[in-house]
Amino acid sequence: MNALIQKLTETFSPSGYEHDIRQVIRSEIESLADEIKVDALGNLIAIKGKSGKNGKRIMLAGHMDEIGLIATHIDPNGFIRFSGIGGLYPHTLYSGRVRFVNGITGVIGGERIKDIQKTLSVSELFIDVGATSINNCPIKTGDVAAFERPFFNMGKRLIAKAMDDRIGCAVMIEALRTLKNSPHEIYFVFTTQEEVGLRGATTSAYGIDPDIGISLDVTGTGDTPKARRMDVGLGKGPAIKIKDGRMLSDVRVVEWMIHTAEKAKIPFQREVLEGGTTDATAIQLTRSGVPAGCISIPCRYIHSPSEMVDIDDVNNATKLLVALLSNPISL
Amino acid sequence: MNDILPFLKELITAPGLSGNETPVSEIIQKEWQPLVDELSISRLGSLHGLRRGTLNSPRPAIMLATHMDAIGLMITGTQNGFLRFTDVGGVDPRVLPGQQVWIHASGPKATPHSPLPGWVVQPSAALLPEELDNKAIPMEYFFIDTGLAPEKVKQLIQVGDIASFAQVPLELNGETIAGHSLDNRAAVAALTICLQGLQSSQHGWDIWAVATVQEEEGLIGAYTSAFQIRPSLAIVIDTTWAKGPGTDDWNTFPLTKGPTLMWGPNIHPKLHMSFKELADKIEIPYAVEITGRHSGTDAFATQVVAEGIPTMAIGIPIRYMHTPVEMVALKDIQRTGRLLAGFIASLTEDYINSIALDS
Amino acid sequence: MANSTTLDKKQTTLLEKLCQAMALSGDEGEVRSIILEEIRSYVTDFKVDTLGNLLAFKKGTSKKPLKVMLAAHMDEIGFMIAADDGDGLFRFETSGGIDLRQLPGKAVIVGKEHIPGVIGARPIHLTTSSDRRDKISLEKLRIDIGPGSNKIKPGDRAAFATRFQRAGTSMIGKALDDRLGVAVLIEILQQAPANIDLQVAFTVQEETGLRGAKVAAYFFNPDLAFVVDSTPANDLPVWDDEDNTSYNCHLGAGPAIYIADGATLSDPRLIRLLVETCKKEGIPYQFRQPGGGGTDAGAIHKQRAGIPSVSISIPGRYAHTAAGMARISDFNNTISLLKATLQSIPLDILTQERK
Repeated sequence: MNALIQKLTETFSPSGYEHDIRQVIRSEIESLADEIKVDALGNLIAIKGKSGKNGKRIMLAGHMDEIGLIATHIDPNGFIRFSGIGGLYPHTLYSGRVRFVNGITGVIGGERIKDIQKTLSVSELFIDVGATSINNCPIKTGDVAAFERPFFNMGKRLIAKAMDDRIGCAVMIEALRTLKNSPHEIYFVFTTQEEVGLRGATTSAYGIDPDIGISLDVTGTGDTPKARRMDVGLGKGPAIKIKDGRMLSDVRVVEWMIHTAEKAKIPFQREVLEGGTTDATAIQLTRSGVPAGCISIPCRYIHSPSEMVDIDDVNNATKLLVALLSNPISL
Repeated sequence: MNDILPFLKELITAPGLSGNETPVSEIIQKEWQPLVDELSISRLGSLHGLRRGTLNSPRPAIMLATHMDAIGLMITGTQNGFLRFTDVGGVDPRVLPGQQVWIHASGPKATPHSPLPGWVVQPSAALLPEELDNKAIPMEYFFIDTGLAPEKVKQLIQVGDIASFAQVPLELNGETIAGHSLDNRAAVAALTICLQGLQSSQHGWDIWAVATVQEEEGLIGAYTSAFQIRPSLAIVIDTTWAKGPGTDDWNTFPLTKGPTLMWGPNIHPKLHMSFKELADKIEIPYAVEITGRHSGTDAFATQVVAEGIPTMAIGIPIRYMHTPVEMVALKDIQRTGRLLAGFIASLTEDYINSIALDS
Repeated sequence: MANSTTLDKKQTTLLEKLCQAMALSGDEGEVRSIILEEIRSYVTDFKVDTLGNLLAFKKGTSKKPLKVMLAAHMDEIGFMIAADDGDGLFRFETSGGIDLRQLPGKAVIVGKEHIPGVIGARPIHLTTSSDRRDKISLEKLRIDIGPGSNKIKPGDRAAFATRFQRAGTSMIGKALDDRLGVAVLIEILQQAPANIDLQVAFTVQEETGLRGAKVAAYFFNPDLAFVVDSTPANDLPVWDDEDNTSYNCHLGAGPAIYIADGATLSDPRLIRLLVETCKKEGIPYQFRQPGGGGTDAGAIHKQRAGIPSVSISIPGRYAHTAAGMARISDFNNTISLLKATLQSIPLDILTQERK
């Protein structure tokens, strides 16, 4: 599992530019699915099973895209001004390293610091790729980059950039690999453009029109010093989402998840997240409505280059997902 | 006309927060069952009541939508037996200190359908950051105190449990009612009056009376029910701001002077005119409510579902919106119900063609 | 006409009519009528939907043509009368995003009859220097049409009174955003390429949330979409003479192709197609700086199971003010680019690799 997580998190694919991660995931699941297709917005959809008599059409969504940076202007000396793709926090940027999708690496530098106590805003930052003029700069307006930071295995804890949401993708891939029998028709959707507004999930859910939707994504924790108060912590199990910034999970789906976890003796936490949301919000709003929920992997330092998860939470999330998919469902 | 007061009081006593509408849905179902041909529940829990019309199939259909969900609180954690919480829908923290709530506990030792009382409390200044001295306290600093021992609390109450306002309905002077959830149960009552009024008349169109879910958290029920039903017209009834203390702007309306007919880009202009002409004709007082971009109602959703649906929004003025002591004039609810019934009675087979926007 | 820095008489007349018409979000009838008159005899079919979108269809002649949707919005930013204060004075709300500092001291037109009015301001004599540091709030502003009329009531719309003018190689007017886009699509429809099924949406309520485009795209369900809008050109000098890194786009540098804005990440295959067409046809072009903002593409690409989309904008300075400015050459080059692109869309474009 660690090798898979490393491969996924060390791929560079910000929202709208998921080509590389799509190839990586595709090669992981090629032999596991009954059918694989890519839709109009680049969502990678792997279908497994046909719904039998009591089977449901289930859509799982984990987003392939990560937050990133997009070049807006190359100045005469080859420095690159940029804008964010998705939620980029300025205080995670200065002095960080980035890698463009075309392979070029750079450092995020900044204008003169007038007040050491204040964070430089995006408009006061730039990327330095070692060019000396606009003519020898290998980057042009519109090129995209993501954080450059290697995966790190601490044993129980894992650190990488883009755990949000490559870890959700890893759980889905692993579930697809270990799922033995299911009465359901399951769409494993690796969505695009979640970080800029759940766009891939919106259109793929319309195309699939599922009976139930479940997203696999990260959620925050309240277990670090003077953290924003939250009852979720690393290592206490995957979180079953009850509410987040934009969605109330369907109470029947929550009930089903809790019941399944209790029966299979999988540790879990109850999640209310203030601020932030997942692809499940988009799935729920599709067509005539889709009962939806989310299995969250608790994660510290979300949207920084060093997001941290607990491997036991990850493995338990996979176990829970497999348990949910393996049995008939009556909501 | 039946007396709507008992039903209204039942509606605003029951909980039914966004995402957990079942308690109020059951009350509405009971009331609507004899008034409609068919009752069904949407995939997300919205209530759909169908009264079939007399025109030949395929008949045009009108959807009348009122959201049945209400705002409230949700437990996010415990601390030494005290409960921390967040809001469901928009709650001004300043109305919370001293409020009693009902906690719908789901812990292992909790009894189902036996809510526990709790009180929202504001810790004394000595227990709060200095910079908040004498200022309004943000929600994250409040607790709910149940009076129970910490171990008990852990066995009874869990993260995600709902806490609804406990304020009982108050009958005030001038045939006004105060209580929580008048936004939007007042509109549900108005829609019910309309359905009652239709018992003794014929209508050509199919009528869908819809109690939507989760309006307060994203118009979720409106988007999905409108998509499922695809009516030819959508009329949304919600509450609007009544004039009152600290609320006297140009976009507020007096209590007891009738509902508002909304106007703006979110509203079909000819549909608005039809309601205006009808209200003049059957002598129902009203005010025109200018809404800039967003009517602030389910109408914002229904207008842009699929290929678009001609949409109208009607507002019942209430004071103190989104507090546990919202206040409405019964007369305004009754007038709204009559206006809706009158509109349905006036619908001709080719009404849709008559409201086509220019050539 | 291609690469031209001049407008012919027909274009000038049309732009005058379009830019001087008043069509606020939710009330686009006046512009819709003008467009209909222009395109009626060129389309296979058209309809006006329930929100007021004008949806025109021109069938292609090839065997299995791609369905290509074009969109430009009819609505402009402006004002809605909110309350009658008596004496000819009216309180108003803004419709669409307007910087309040653009309002004081302006002439406006009000209502269907374009009744003249003004938005005044307190005389400077009666202000202090500390007063003048704050912007005048909407609460304090009124539209004044003079006392004694009963022609205007709450709900009526108003817009800046600016008349369309040419100045050298530039055009000045109100509502260049997006009447220029509307004019582009009218010309395309009048010379429609035969290789595709053309679905043209003159949309409503873009300025208030891309609402017309949403239902238009649902209705058309095209294979792909191009949106023509106007994008701000902030290509003025920076106050401290430093390098202007936030110009967004430059006037006169050609149609601005969108890579990413706040609402859409353009489909890379469509960006490639546009750039290749420009290079082949010798049409100048620029990239609109990635960043905020949004066009109808933001609603279109998320409809149904997804619609690959891209936007092209005519650069315009001073958008959402009384006097916007654009270059005639950018307008003409946008027409040329769109025409040439539509004529050369490969049938298999959507099977191409994105990278």
